[in-house]
Amino acid sequence: MTIAPEQKPETRPVPEGHVRLTIDGREVDAPKGELLIRACERLGIIVPRFCDHPLLDPAGACRQCLVEVEMGGRPMPKPQASCTMTVADGMVVKTQHSSPVAKKAQEGVMELLLINHPLDCPICDKGGECPLQNQAMSTGRTDSRFVDVKRTFPKPLPISTQVLLDRERCVLCQRCTRFSEQVAGDPFIDLLERGALQQIGVAQDKPFQSYFSGNTIQICPVGALTSAAYRFRSRPFDLVSTPGVDEHSASGAAIRIDSRRGTVMRRLAGNDPEVNEEWIDDKSRFAFRYLTSKGRITRPMVRGSDGVLVETSWTDALQVAAEGLLAARAGGIGVLAGGRLTVEDAYAYAKFARVAAGTNDVDSRARTHSAEELDFLAAHVVGHGPERLSYTRLEAAPAVLCVALEPEEEAPVVFLRLRKAAQKHRQKVFHLGQWTTPAVLRTGVELGSSEPAARDGLIRAVPGAEAAVLTELAEVAPHVVEALTGGGVILVGERAAEVPGLYTAVARLAERTGAVVGWVPRRAGERGAVEAGALPTLLPGGRSVTDSAARAEVERAWGLPDGALPTTPGRSTSEMLDAAAAGELAALVVGGVDPLDLPDPAVALEALRNVGFLVSLELHTSAVTELADVVLPVAPDAQRSGSYVNWEGRRREFGPALDATGVLPDCRVLDTLAVEMDVDLFTQTPAAAAGDMARLGTRAGLSSPGPVVAPAEPLRPVVVGQAVLATWRQLLDESSLAVDEPALAGTARPPQLRCNLATAQRLGLTAGAPATVRTERGAITVPLVIADLPDGVVWLPANSPGSRVRDTLGAGHGDLVGVSA
Amino acid sequence: MTEPITPDPIVPVLTKRWQSPRAWDIDVYEQLEGYTALRHALSGLPDQLIELVKASGLRGRGGAGFPTGMKWSFIPQGSTGPGAKPKYLVVNADEGEPGTCKDIPTMMADPHSLIEGCIITSYAIRANFCAIYIRGEALHPLRRVRYAVEQAYAKGYLGRDILGSGFDLDIVVHAGAGAYICGEETALLDSLEGRRGQPRLKPPFPATAGLYASPTVVNNVETIASVPAIVQGGSSWFRTMGREKSPGPKIYSLSGHVTRPGQYEAPMGTTLRQLLELAGGMKDGIPLKFWTPGGSSTPMFTAEHLDIPLDFEGAAGAGSMLGTTAVQLFNETVSVPWAVMKWTEFYKHESCGKCTPCREGTYWLLQILERMVHHEGTPADVDTMLDICDNILGRSFCALGDGAVSPITSGIKYFRQEFLDLCTEQPSVAHPDQLAELTGASA
Repeated sequence: MTIAPEQKPETRPVPEGHVRLTIDGREVDAPKGELLIRACERLGIIVPRFCDHPLLDPAGACRQCLVEVEMGGRPMPKPQASCTMTVADGMVVKTQHSSPVAKKAQEGVMELLLINHPLDCPICDKGGECPLQNQAMSTGRTDSRFVDVKRTFPKPLPISTQVLLDRERCVLCQRCTRFSEQVAGDPFIDLLERGALQQIGVAQDKPFQSYFSGNTIQICPVGALTSAAYRFRSRPFDLVSTPGVDEHSASGAAIRIDSRRGTVMRRLAGNDPEVNEEWIDDKSRFAFRYLTSKGRITRPMVRGSDGVLVETSWTDALQVAAEGLLAARAGGIGVLAGGRLTVEDAYAYAKFARVAAGTNDVDSRARTHSAEELDFLAAHVVGHGPERLSYTRLEAAPAVLCVALEPEEEAPVVFLRLRKAAQKHRQKVFHLGQWTTPAVLRTGVELGSSEPAARDGLIRAVPGAEAAVLTELAEVAPHVVEALTGGGVILVGERAAEVPGLYTAVARLAERTGAVVGWVPRRAGERGAVEAGALPTLLPGGRSVTDSAARAEVERAWGLPDGALPTTPGRSTSEMLDAAAAGELAALVVGGVDPLDLPDPAVALEALRNVGFLVSLELHTSAVTELADVVLPVAPDAQRSGSYVNWEGRRREFGPALDATGVLPDCRVLDTLAVEMDVDLFTQTPAAAAGDMARLGTRAGLSSPGPVVAPAEPLRPVVVGQAVLATWRQLLDESSLAVDEPALAGTARPPQLRCNLATAQRLGLTAGAPATVRTERGAITVPLVIADLPDGVVWLPANSPGSRVRDTLGAGHGDLVGVSA
Repeated sequence: MTEPITPDPIVPVLTKRWQSPRAWDIDVYEQLEGYTALRHALSGLPDQLIELVKASGLRGRGGAGFPTGMKWSFIPQGSTGPGAKPKYLVVNADEGEPGTCKDIPTMMADPHSLIEGCIITSYAIRANFCAIYIRGEALHPLRRVRYAVEQAYAKGYLGRDILGSGFDLDIVVHAGAGAYICGEETALLDSLEGRRGQPRLKPPFPATAGLYASPTVVNNVETIASVPAIVQGGSSWFRTMGREKSPGPKIYSLSGHVTRPGQYEAPMGTTLRQLLELAGGMKDGIPLKFWTPGGSSTPMFTAEHLDIPLDFEGAAGAGSMLGTTAVQLFNETVSVPWAVMKWTEFYKHESCGKCTPCREGTYWLLQILERMVHHEGTPADVDTMLDICDNILGRSFCALGDGAVSPITSGIKYFRQEFLDLCTEQPSVAHPDQLAELTGASA
């Protein structure tokens, strides 16, 4: 007789690609390769740690996360760092909760970390939100046995104008150095010395210029790295935290706004794995003093008969504005909406133009723009969302081509993704540009020596010839075409409008290779404005103004009589300004436009002076408010709700971080103004505007044909002493929302002229010495740096201190300029 | 069979040329049978060499005693996959362990035996590039090895198509910058790559991702210098020396209070009593108090341990490690707490700083020891030290932390009373100098 073996309890099969292990007596399935510390987290077991960070490579340096591990029934002789060890089948893990050895090891490491740590928590910025403080409570001894002399250092050490280092607080976890090396790719800080004297430091002869350094402050697990702007300003427990969205770029990055008693004290990166992961650039983090700057307008103003702007009541101001606009309606009203609007505001401007002003003369493009761009946006951008191209898809792409886009300067969060992809899975990132910028180098795949490989990442074009190069890409750079074919991505920046035919060439290349096109504008509001119809050719939802069926849809939704909407395409920003300058436009409604950003600032100012009636909706006093007849203050993001549509087409909603009493968002101001003009916009609140827009939905059916513009012949220097200008904006420059941030400005890249050695010699320039770029209008003098530009081309930052190209030179990308020593 | 081979002083193998004048010159080396093993080796197959070294039972002479042949066999071979990567041989000549001084004399007296070993090893593991990482302070040996490499190139032992075998090898002699941690193999690799010398996370191990992320063998100078002898004499001859699990000859470096300090080649498993006989006994006849079997990182022994066979098993069986066979001898005039303090000073100075236990622990331990030596310690400090050592041992990133606590734990184990005696001599006031100042001020 046989005895039936004891029925084993039903066991679940281990899922594919997983292993089964036991942690503190609990069986758990974990994906292969998962770190123990993550597997513990999923069970709610928090192993204390300092150097571990989910987005950085494991280091195993702090030794705080030691646990006991058994493999194959045999206990490992030493406790293991759970942040470096990966899960394995049949592993038995005992954390501090079930192993006296692990508990003792953790307490021992904690005691050692604390012997040299100062007891200055009461004055430390991190006190109250400090992983060391918290974990010393959970894991440390109640008292210290250390009676000897603590290590001290002179403090603080400025790592840059915005990051300060208190070395005696540092636990040397290397998160900051690993972030700089692995994520940002500009390792401006590193370990120096050794042993107990080991410390974080910077090189003496290398200027610190990182656009991402603020992240090191945020991930520092102690108070060693602090923000110069925030240091000693506030205590974490006094702060009210509100989730927000970055308003400085089209990234849609999640941020956290920390305020105290109605003032924003600091901003941190929010955690959104789909968008910005946990990183933001320094402009997003540090540029928020514009909220409290001297130029902030809080009361409506009306220009009196004496020509002086006087503060007045909302009732009066709106009435004056409405009367002026009503009187001007016959002569034409133009609406310049600016690129920084929330999608709700952009919608209000779009609707205001169509309904209250009775015109399609509305444009949100406060920069160089073209009709080709409108065709491109209608055919390839509007209506698309992250389901077509997202950060995740971008990261997964085998190859990416950046056209008219300098990602680090113009879309820093996108840059971080490109770099991550290049690092993690050798994504090939190509740049159609003029020289090997830091971004080109750092998105290059590192094969021992990074330079030659990275150089392959640059497709060099003379400014103005980009469209031609792209058209002939199969001959010029067949490897790029090949790489893009099958899952590639083309990112095109707003600067493509500066080169005739470039948008067309991008669209054709995408067609040829099957690559997905992403439009990555610089400003936060550009993408939303396309959706909202704040463009002369598009109604909300991508409906063409010339399409009668589309117009009828909008008329029905807006409750307008049939045929009420204007039928002809409106004028672009430049056309409106030209018309105004020529006295052919009776009034302008301008929201958040800086004339110096426009293709020709001189014409813009002339237009603003000449236009019969000028209404300005603004945060700050500006060149526009100087000339406006009525100035209506609007709410900054911190004092309102709303949403941006980021470059992916993803809607990013946010609520007010500060008390919003007495400040009105643009959509509300326009709504009230329209009421004064006897029209209803139904955009009283951002929510109402969003609801109105949602009811309208997006266009169904008909796709636009797309742009058809032939590449133009680029200009070539003909006279001695001439060169072709290449230019784009740097992230930290004279942008109007970065005012009053000296610490941030201190880390800007210095304005420099760049050209190659042969060109420099021909032009009589010396590296390091000042060089002058001049046009009939003016001259810019900055030091020269030799770079690998094409022959006869010089590069200037477009809007940096001492180098405001449009304003000073009246020239732009691809124009001829004179250059001399 | 398991009987220990008579540990009589043997016919020297590793040091046989040391007495010959100008043995460091390639012509003299060739006259003394130099580079004959290489010709043998090149006529065989690489895998045969790996098998030969495996059979010889040669174990790493850098301290850990890992079987050398096995280490070589871990290198992936083949024309596809990981085996397709270039392979490297790195020689660890960063001899930095206190008391250790066997590699420097080897490189001074007989550099070509190292180079010959490098060529044979590289051939065996199919490496075409070998780096010899020499401690930067050791300037003279550095020059000598560089000169020897030059000579070997000139004679066709290095470079393209060595001795017509079709095998290519380049050797680079690299000077370290004087960090103890760079003797740790992964820190050495980082340093060799031009990075900050700190130990790497393992896995991956150097055998799969070492120098420039390629398969790499890292061996000690003495290990590599033993290879030509094995090729020449065969594995069974090699096994006639030493003991079964630790065969072969070994250079023991005797230093300290001994009549004739220096290098003594003897079979593995020789006892200190035998070594002392060779070295003329303790200096001036003052009795032995304590000694290290293999450098300061190996727990100390006392006079009780004179008959421990000094091989990997023997030293481990008695609670220490063979290490680098750097036998430092201390007579009864030496204070154990003082010696331990000096050693700890070394570890505190040389801790790389990467991990918390070693960095902070050595910093703390040194301060306690300094206090003790200055009669300012308390009996509780002794227990605190042991507890700190417990928190460092097995908790640090690499073995440096484990080594740093060896002198302290073993010192307290054998000489606890000496530490306690220092406490009882403590003055009643913690800082009498301050008191004097204070009374002076009030007077």
